[in-house]
Amino acid sequence: MTNDPYSRRAYIISGAVVLVVMVFIIRLFWLQIIDQSQKQKADSNALLRQVIYPSRGLIYDRNGELLVFNQPIYEVTLIMQEMRHGFDTVAFCQCLGIDSLEFEQRIAAIKDKRKNRGFSTYTPQIFMAQLTKQDVASLRETSYKFSGAGIRKRTLRGYSYPYAAHILGSVGEVSQADIDRDDYYQAGDYSGRDGLERTYEQRLRGTKGVEIIMRDSRGRIQGSYHDGAEDVEAVTGTDLHLSLDIQLQALAEQMLQGKVGSVVAIEPATGEILALASSPTWNPEILVGKQRSAQYNRLLNDPSKPLINRATQAMYPPGSTFKTIQSVVCLQEGGITPNTKYPCSGPSTTPIKCTHHHGSPVSLLGAIEQSCNPYFYCAFRDMLQRDGFGNNNITFRKRYNLWRNDVLKFGLGQRFEGTDIGEQAGGAIPTERLFNRTYGEKGWKAVTIRSLSIGQGEVLATPLQLANQAATLANRGYYITPHLNTELTNDPSLRHETGMDTTWFSLTAQGMHLVMTNGTGRWYNIDSLQMCGKTGTAQNPHGKDHAIFIGFAPMDKPKIAVAVVVENAGFGATWAAPVASLMMEQYLTGTIRRKHIYNKMVNAVLEHPSEQQ
Amino acid sequence: MTRNNSIIAGLDWWTIFLFLGIALFGWLNIYGASYTFDQTSLFDLSNRAGKQFLWLGIACVLGLAVLFIEGKTYEVIAYLLYAGWLLVLLITPFLAHDTKGSLSWIDLGPLKFQPAELAKMITALALAKYMGRYDYRVRSWRDLLVPFLLLVVPAGIIMVWQRETGSALVFASLMIMFYRFGMSGYVISGGLSFALLFICSIRFGGVPLPWGEGNVGILLCYLILMAVVVGFAWIREQDWKQALVLVGIVALAYAAGLIINVWHTVNFNIVSLIALVIALAYFTAVVIYRRHFSLLMVTAYIAVSLVFCEACAMVFNKVLQPHQRTRIEVLLGLKDDPTGAGYNVNQSLIAIGSGQFTGKGFLKGTQTKLRFVPEQDTDFIFCTVGEEWGFIGSAGLLMAYLIFILRLIFIAERQRDNYSRIYAYCVASIFFFHLTINVGMVLGLLPVIGIPLPFFSYGGSSMISFTLLLAVLLRLDAERLNKLH
Repeated sequence: MTNDPYSRRAYIISGAVVLVVMVFIIRLFWLQIIDQSQKQKADSNALLRQVIYPSRGLIYDRNGELLVFNQPIYEVTLIMQEMRHGFDTVAFCQCLGIDSLEFEQRIAAIKDKRKNRGFSTYTPQIFMAQLTKQDVASLRETSYKFSGAGIRKRTLRGYSYPYAAHILGSVGEVSQADIDRDDYYQAGDYSGRDGLERTYEQRLRGTKGVEIIMRDSRGRIQGSYHDGAEDVEAVTGTDLHLSLDIQLQALAEQMLQGKVGSVVAIEPATGEILALASSPTWNPEILVGKQRSAQYNRLLNDPSKPLINRATQAMYPPGSTFKTIQSVVCLQEGGITPNTKYPCSGPSTTPIKCTHHHGSPVSLLGAIEQSCNPYFYCAFRDMLQRDGFGNNNITFRKRYNLWRNDVLKFGLGQRFEGTDIGEQAGGAIPTERLFNRTYGEKGWKAVTIRSLSIGQGEVLATPLQLANQAATLANRGYYITPHLNTELTNDPSLRHETGMDTTWFSLTAQGMHLVMTNGTGRWYNIDSLQMCGKTGTAQNPHGKDHAIFIGFAPMDKPKIAVAVVVENAGFGATWAAPVASLMMEQYLTGTIRRKHIYNKMVNAVLEHPSEQQ
Repeated sequence: MTRNNSIIAGLDWWTIFLFLGIALFGWLNIYGASYTFDQTSLFDLSNRAGKQFLWLGIACVLGLAVLFIEGKTYEVIAYLLYAGWLLVLLITPFLAHDTKGSLSWIDLGPLKFQPAELAKMITALALAKYMGRYDYRVRSWRDLLVPFLLLVVPAGIIMVWQRETGSALVFASLMIMFYRFGMSGYVISGGLSFALLFICSIRFGGVPLPWGEGNVGILLCYLILMAVVVGFAWIREQDWKQALVLVGIVALAYAAGLIINVWHTVNFNIVSLIALVIALAYFTAVVIYRRHFSLLMVTAYIAVSLVFCEACAMVFNKVLQPHQRTRIEVLLGLKDDPTGAGYNVNQSLIAIGSGQFTGKGFLKGTQTKLRFVPEQDTDFIFCTVGEEWGFIGSAGLLMAYLIFILRLIFIAERQRDNYSRIYAYCVASIFFFHLTINVGMVLGLLPVIGIPLPFFSYGGSSMISFTLLLAVLLRLDAERLNKLH
């Protein structure tokens, strides 16, 4: 290594090392000898930072009715280091009503660093949490006997009404994954676990504060530091104002009692959700406090699966309610005109039979009114095959994609983006690929996929999507993404145009009005409310048909759009239409006059396949 | 036997004594840091000091074993070891349990082991083998491409896959070794300058100027870049007139800005940018006129830096998630974090400051005991030294480290083959980096990056890894006498 051109660099590197160490020594000299402020800060005192928990934001309904509030709860903490100065374990256990075995287990859990990362023998550790005022009363009187023990106040959620459990969600202890993802949380903190509590966790939780406490050289608390000048106050979480109408929500949940299904009501002009009920459900109060995990497990293991929000997560074939979309799309894409008539020979019609009896040939309005299957098959066929099939079936497949895109514009076939409903299913509108795979590119035409024309087969929609479809029809061609927080209402990005002609929507609305005056909905009509609707009965392989209804009212300037699904109930006209009709009556008139229908719905108990297991 | 005798004769006892001295002093301080008024003995295995003594014992036994392995062995298996260890690094996250978000620790019986620790040594061996070939010279950047990859791959796996930023950064220290063997010094100064620009633009990005519009952060960045241009004109070109003109351009621009500002609010960030661009254009024109084309690099550097400054603010405000932003802001002291990093450093400074000249005495420190900082016997161990042993003790410890690292450089320089010499520089660089980052953090001079103080912080995994790193070097060094032919 005689001719190393870089040998000088050894000195440069050594120089850098010397320089860094010199800088450190100068810094030490400054900290330890010149600057006396550090010494003063340290004089016989050490600081302890204690977290002050903010209270969580409240939740109100659209009329300012308080739905979710906070209630005080207590937790018992222990400082291990101070327990050494004499701690009467037996008396302590008596105060809290536990035995010494449980005491040992809890201490072991606190000391397990893997479960409790923030463990320190000098800071308060949570020994028991979620206790009521009564639970800690006797400890509070005698706490001076137990050095190191403390009682800390936290808040838990309380609910004014036993409704809307799915939407509101619940608050529970944070998971390890939450702590790793977000520095804000520490073990034992609470956060929204589901529903709106989770969607709006960031704003509801507020910001933790800090209280700085001085301790002496043995760790005993001496008082607050700088008289609290450096404490940071906790910031209360921001309240949430929902579009929900709790009266309407209550009505919906009452009518779903004893049945499996869901009800969704939307204000069409704003996309605000007025009610969103799923049955079976639970009283939100049971998922609060000590009982939470036991109750949660009970709900989790219930065969009727109450934890699923059926209104947003269950998917059903829309059945005849789909004919309202078919009507608009077939008119828009030139499959039919308002004057088109098709013959119908009742139950003997091929390839799709009619389940109703009416005159023939039938017009579009008559077909909607009477829910005529053959009419909508013919319209669907003529729409798809208007220009023939083309080379390799290409023209037909192009028309199919056109149809599919139009249907998607009603909010079907995908989840709603930008909404605050966390738990959603997407539904399904079958793609061209699916049919190509099943039948080959040339192997399918309108008759192959005829069940789509009447909302059966591969079409699936959630009740929320069905309600949104009703809102789109009510608005005559656009919808605002359904949401619960009223602050979202004016967000322009939530408005979606179908881009289809208003005339077709008006015509379809007319047909839906006829359904209520003369057709399958006529038993539950109130003339003065100008109701529009469409019943549906969806076949399903697991048992009796699902009863479905979508509708809105009044016909001009609609105020409410509703979708109802009652699983395994039978005809939509019998089980879903009355529920929707009462919802409209309640919302538009503020009361229910038709008590007999209400009583019949509330008291009816329908058998569901899940109970037979 | 004569061979082994000559090995023992060739051992560098200076290094061994310094190593043992530092490690034993560390052991005493761990006892002090975890001492809780009613604690048992220094050797009790139920406390951390006792365990540390055990780790030190195990490390010495392993180190001794390494001393008996011929140095040639490592050269032969270097690549195999490297490839195997990459595999270990890759599968670690599957076996690891999550420790504060990092997936780098695996359980080996009672020892929690971090494969990333040993990766440094193994990478150093691979680099030594590649760069130690007799025909290897750094002639252009292409020659550094493979060594650079050897270094970046394990660092990348540790950073991205194991989410252990601190350990990954240590690999950057090996650039010091590259520098010694011919990498341009501009690479290191360029890297440091980007770090400086980043810190300036974020740290002071929110501070408004006292006059006119604009913020201090960007202004500082432009001034730093301006200083670079003037520096090159003055020192490299030896042209003080040109330097003066450059300073004049800036002064003129600011004077004009200040005057206009009387009537109309001026954005001084834009004024600085204009001044910088004009000055740079002048500098570049002179450089081209004189045909000093190598200095066009300065122009390129400034242009890249300008984009970098803009990108910093953009990425920081638009791309990063809010919690990532908070973490950086806390690091730079922009935000006080009630329970996090800022609190640790503050308490650490109080503890060190309260030590005064002679310290409070062994086991008499109160701050370190009541500090409630989980890392007080690992990453923040140096503040126990500061509190209990005062300026004398902490400055003395730093001097010991200084002598230790200088001795390693000395050892490196006396090697006769490149293989041993490169490995020795790697070792010196790694220790230097650990010392700088760890002590800099505890003294509040550098951001909080959790890496241990070598031989000193509590932890079996790091103690064993550092000892092995050193032992291999001692063996290679001891063999230098045998190579005298």
